[in-house]
Amino acid sequence: MRLDRTELWLLASGVVLALGVFVLPNWLTFLLTIAFAKGLVVQGVVVQMRAGLVSFGQGLYYCIGGYTVGMGGQWLGVHDAFVLLALSMVAAAVVAMVLGLLLTRYREIFFAMLTLAFSMILYGVLAKSQSLGSTDGFNVHGITALGWTPGSSGKMFVYVLTCGIAAVAAVFLHRLSKSSVGYVCEAIRENEVRVEYLGASPRWTLYSTYVLAAAVSALGGGLTGMATGHVDPEMAYWTTSGEFVFIALLGGIGHVAAPFVAASLFSTVRTYAIQFVPHSWQMILGFVLLGIIIFLPKGLWSLFKRTRKAEARV
Amino acid sequence: MSQTPILESRSLHRTFGAVVAAKDINVAIHAGEVVGVIGSNGAGKTTFINMVTGFLPPSAGEIMFNGRSILGLAPRKITRMGMARSFQVAQLFPELTVLDNMLVALSIAESPLPSFLRPLRTPERVEKAEATLKEFGVAAFRDHQVTAVPQGTRKLVDIAMALIANPKMLLLDEPTSGVAVEEKFPLMDSVMEVVRRHGVTVLFVEHDMEIVARYVSRILAFYAGEVIADGPPDQVLDDAKVRELVVGHGHGGHGRARRSS
Repeated sequence: MRLDRTELWLLASGVVLALGVFVLPNWLTFLLTIAFAKGLVVQGVVVQMRAGLVSFGQGLYYCIGGYTVGMGGQWLGVHDAFVLLALSMVAAAVVAMVLGLLLTRYREIFFAMLTLAFSMILYGVLAKSQSLGSTDGFNVHGITALGWTPGSSGKMFVYVLTCGIAAVAAVFLHRLSKSSVGYVCEAIRENEVRVEYLGASPRWTLYSTYVLAAAVSALGGGLTGMATGHVDPEMAYWTTSGEFVFIALLGGIGHVAAPFVAASLFSTVRTYAIQFVPHSWQMILGFVLLGIIIFLPKGLWSLFKRTRKAEARV
Repeated sequence: MSQTPILESRSLHRTFGAVVAAKDINVAIHAGEVVGVIGSNGAGKTTFINMVTGFLPPSAGEIMFNGRSILGLAPRKITRMGMARSFQVAQLFPELTVLDNMLVALSIAESPLPSFLRPLRTPERVEKAEATLKEFGVAAFRDHQVTAVPQGTRKLVDIAMALIANPKMLLLDEPTSGVAVEEKFPLMDSVMEVVRRHGVTVLFVEHDMEIVARYVSRILAFYAGEVIADGPPDQVLDDAKVRELVVGHGHGGHGRARRSS
């Protein structure tokens, strides 16, 4: 498998960030772990946005990922991080295969609202489930990796694991965006009728990308569960899904790294906004979103493109 | 000419409420023919094309393509059987370049389930897409975004995308509509030369009688949802009923045209 320049750059960034575990303060590695995990969920949103669909319910798969990791440890006795993450992807993909049959019949606001509805159904079910801790959720602990128990360095391990998974996922998704299906998704967004008349099934393409997006998003949920050591129904709540759409708009769909950059920026802005204006931090985020929509409608990544164009002109 | 028609409609009927848009249409088109469809607005031309391509189900009747019924099939399935179409307004993917539009069409033609990991731009695909663009004389625009190319070029790209799948039959919906007068004949020359080279059967809807008379071997004249004349251009364009009901009703302002070839 030959890697192109972007893919090498993505993997190198993953390695550098992972090595940062030796020099970065704990609070920063934790912030980055959560940001990259959320970045993975946002990748799921972006994959669908490329095809013209906006999911307001990606929290569903974030939550499934988190709960699968938690339940795998609590009820199945599985503690290996890799097995748990694989299970979370499978669980999300299975749910997406069922829901996708219905959802891919709808477009625009109907799709968005239906995805939201399903995530809220899961929220309601979990909030009423006494055995799963109801609204309090439950703790995730005892994570191991291929027989090794990280113990007190568990958080560091999850950070390195998140960097590695984020880098590999970014390479895969970059490849996807350059693949036939990636371009067909763009084509569907721009002219679905023509895609049908060229001989492809837009619905099948949307269905397969919906399932893929669910699996990628579940990884983010699983990693968040491991990093925070806790899962609760809030993961499926509509504000959590809204956060993912916010980050997707912040980064834009111009580059596979954009969701990770945007998620890091979002986490930083939110952290400082909560610290300095604890009672109105949402207002700060609102202004940031307003600024992005007005001045950078294609997201933060368009800044890089503008800089490159300006350099090319000089 | 083979005995089994490549496209055949039997007693095709379509109503929209009380409006009869297509009434007992019996048409057989054989491989190699270039058939023009004429008629005033509302005559049933587009309804016929939409039924044949699977966009609109007929209220009654049968449609056969290559000897097989295509009734109830989705447009993509009919396309995959070998019937491609272009559109009155070029249907392209505006944010992609001309070449990428062609590559998307080609990758779909190669497999109805596009690959997740195989890149769109493979050397073989690029070579084939470029060759097709060259055939249509628009290779110079390969790296232009489709919104930045002239209308005539967009039309040609639209037709080239339909043709890249090597269809048996091509349906052209008003290929010269929206194209500057001086570009119409060069555009049609390019298209007809390529389809002849590929041996594709052509059915095209056109309002411009000069274009119809020059390029087709047979004309179907529609009026009020019915085929009122079917035959060689000279015969159909000389038909008194056609002259009164179709040609005389301002089709591009050309009136009756003479065959120039």
